[in-house]
Amino acid sequence: MGWFKRIKEGITTKSTDKKEIPEGNWYKCPECKKVLTSQEHADTLWVCPSCSHHERIGSDEYFYILFDDGKYKELFANLTSADPLNFVDTKKYADRIKATMAKTELGDAMRCGVGTMNEREIVVACMDFNFIGGSMGSVVGEKFAKSVDYAIKHRSPFICISKSGGARMMEAGFSLMQMAKTSAKLTQLADAGLPYISILTDPTTGGVTASFAMLGDFNIAEPKSLIGFAGPRVVKETIGKDLPEGFQRAEFVLEHGFLDLIVDRQHIKEKLTSIFKMLLG
Amino acid sequence: MIAYLDFEEPIKELREQLEKTKEVSEKSKVDVSKAIHDIEKKIKDVTVEIYSNLTPWQRVQVSRHPNRPYTLAYINAITEGTFIEMHGDRTVKDDKAMVGGFGMIDGQSVMLIGQQKGINTKMRQYRNFGMANPEGYRKAMRLMKLAEKFGRPIVTFIDTPGAFPGLEAEERGQGEAIARNLFEMMKLRVPVICIVIGEGASGGALGIGIGDKVLMLENSWYSVISPENCSTILWRSWDHKVEAASALKLTSEDMLANKLIDGVIKEPCGGAHANETEMFSTVKKEILKQIEKLSAMEPEKRIDARIKKFSSMGVVAS
Ligand SMILES: [Zn+2]
Repeated sequence: MGWFKRIKEGITTKSTDKKEIPEGNWYKCPECKKVLTSQEHADTLWVCPSCSHHERIGSDEYFYILFDDGKYKELFANLTSADPLNFVDTKKYADRIKATMAKTELGDAMRCGVGTMNEREIVVACMDFNFIGGSMGSVVGEKFAKSVDYAIKHRSPFICISKSGGARMMEAGFSLMQMAKTSAKLTQLADAGLPYISILTDPTTGGVTASFAMLGDFNIAEPKSLIGFAGPRVVKETIGKDLPEGFQRAEFVLEHGFLDLIVDRQHIKEKLTSIFKMLLG
Repeated sequence: MIAYLDFEEPIKELREQLEKTKEVSEKSKVDVSKAIHDIEKKIKDVTVEIYSNLTPWQRVQVSRHPNRPYTLAYINAITEGTFIEMHGDRTVKDDKAMVGGFGMIDGQSVMLIGQQKGINTKMRQYRNFGMANPEGYRKAMRLMKLAEKFGRPIVTFIDTPGAFPGLEAEERGQGEAIARNLFEMMKLRVPVICIVIGEGASGGALGIGIGDKVLMLENSWYSVISPENCSTILWRSWDHKVEAASALKLTSEDMLANKLIDGVIKEPCGGAHANETEMFSTVKKEILKQIEKLSAMEPEKRIDARIKKFSSMGVVAS
């Protein structure tokens, strides 16, 4: 989100119903090249009004979209990566984390919030792609786990918004086991009889697709999101030819039977509200 | 044919020396029994020395040793010819990279499942190099549910360079197939024992890896990515696989120290391929021991413990 400064709020208590964007910034749609002010773009929930291109957004924006009046309480914001393996590649993982935290003003690749959506209390976990490609390490797994516990304790439905390149390599075995951990927690949520809605956004791949993102009672995607296990580059290398048009896009994934719905961002709040009404009354 | 890894060169030379000495003795009828004895002892010493100082990358090489036994070799040895292999996911096809069926181990019936690599060029193609498609994971789940229905314990053998990253695998929901297995395996009412016998690469390995006891053979590896792919992504070159292997902490000792597995099964001196009979017998004993322990628990307690174990994995700061 280079075109506006992320508004850092910690425990958010916003009362305006319009997201305030600093003036003088512009957005150019990468698909149809339409130019909007950043404020106009925010007003359309970061969806291009002429071609419906859904721009990639972060947890801040999704919380603003879902929670009533953009008000929510952030949960487990204090959790950060511990670098359990003292991992070093071309640079130290610890330094990478520090730099990414400073640049993004995020603690890790997932934020969790509780608040109301059309007056029903919901717990939302949302991934941030800006944080090392939305990769899943111990923090993402732990935040997901604690959010499920919170939802069970408060009898709230749980929503997870995925946007991730997969597992975080710098936590190696720990990252891999977050797939098991998040799936384990979802069995507890299911046993508690609470709904779990998985929202898959652009992109959702790797270990996130192969765990919690595909396990929703409802799997819902944003239009044209890239959704897959192996990334398109790897698949292309494997088969040695070009991939068909639309391969691994949300519409393709729905046609093959792995999504329930594709919902435009402007309609997601009302759609979720209807679903919860039908499931829970 | 016996194959040798680069660091096994001294063993190879000694074995060749041993063969020559034996030939000489046959031709000349000279008594060389002492010389043979000496060389055999030397082979043993050198093997011990090499194998007790393996680097993580060398471990990865051993895990892929061309002579290393694969899943069906374990299953056939352990079940002593009683294995009934079952086929198909009942939806799409039979995945040859994933095998499974019932077999008897010392009079007990057990469901045995695992990724299967090919033993020669032709079979490697047939087995898709041990890379399962979604139907492989779904076949595995079908068989696990069957074992659950009849109250039989489940043993999985993990040996895969990863789930297959093909076009059809994506069309048929590779991600969903693995995710579903993670979820369903958590709740299986029968004991589940998972053993990494070779390569445990990523979600493709974990897809049959949710167990009450997850064990690794001493020279197997288990991680989120192979050292080669890790090198390519993080170092942007194929050349850092040795460093990547160390950084990933993928050995059985490291995985145990990080509480990501439950135990390590010792291999014979020189690796599983150096003495298959001994390896099979060790694995069989371990399986029987674990089944006995796990069977003593109530299913609900076992499931609770399984879920708690996986839920507690990870290290964070706050
Ligand atoms: Zn546009």
